Amino acid sequence: MARVVVDVMLKPEILDPQGKAVHGALPRLGFEGVSGVRQGKRFELELEGELTSARLAEVHAIAEKLLSNPVIEDFAVHVEEHEGSPA
Amino acid sequence: MKVGVVTFPGSLDDVDARRAVTVAGGEPVPLWHGDHDLRGVDAVVLPGGFSYGDYLRCGAISRFSPVMTEVVAAAGTGLPVLGICNGFQILCESHLLPGALIRNDHQKFVCRDQRLRIENNRTAWTSAYDADAEVTVVLKNGEGSYVADEDTLDRLEGEGRVVARYLDVNPNGSLRDIAGITNERGNVVGLMPHPEHAVEDLTGPGTDGLGFFTSVLRSLVG
Repeated sequence: MARVVVDVMLKPEILDPQGKAVHGALPRLGFEGVSGVRQGKRFELELEGELTSARLAEVHAIAEKLLSNPVIEDFAVHVEEHEGSPA
Repeated sequence: MKVGVVTFPGSLDDVDARRAVTVAGGEPVPLWHGDHDLRGVDAVVLPGGFSYGDYLRCGAISRFSPVMTEVVAAAGTGLPVLGICNGFQILCESHLLPGALIRNDHQKFVCRDQRLRIENNRTAWTSAYDADAEVTVVLKNGEGSYVADEDTLDRLEGEGRVVARYLDVNPNGSLRDIAGITNERGNVVGLMPHPEHAVEDLTGPGTDGLGFFTSVLRSLVG
């Protein structure tokens, strides 16, 4: 078993109204000094069996084809170590 | 002339779209998202709504539904396809049209009667309009802000592929006030406002939207 995480973020040049709304709420709550907020998505994929480079390439394909829209979003893939797994 | 109207789980405006086809003089054919064939229709409308609950991204799941495989293939051979609102989002996710639709810049759902200019009346869906006709139809969206990179926008403008542009106000932050675009061939049109809600005087702001449906019937006869 392996957990692979895909983070999807709007490209920097794409307006993020949700991030802006969150940012706007911060001073009202008394939090100062935050100069910007961008909101994204995190996907956690639980994979069966060994995590091979071929499987990882498949996750990249999933991220590109379904999880993100390359017109407006970038994605990043990383493998997450399971809690309690041997170091 | 048979015009298919696809119903996805979460579609809202499929019934109005079918009614608009009838009012225009065509025969509407209900299509289901799980269908593997288009039942011999001469054109397809992807209606507005919140297909698959807008999960992931608007239109992202619908794009992979069985019926869309058929629609994409048929669009490639010239079948007229009109995507309205959520349908426009599905067409962009399917890569039948360039760009994407993101959340309105002002963060609120917008619902209003919207003036548009029909800037390309050479598509399968706009030939009934005069050049640069100004029309009023319903607009209602939460994620209707059209975006694309500068090169794509320049190409759309240069090739006359901006089908409709917002007049008076830009209701959602769409780049260059773009309300609708077409593909190179002019058979696929995506439109954020809702012409199917403006086909009868009893409801909506008038009958300015009817032209989209009479256009396609005329193009099929011609």
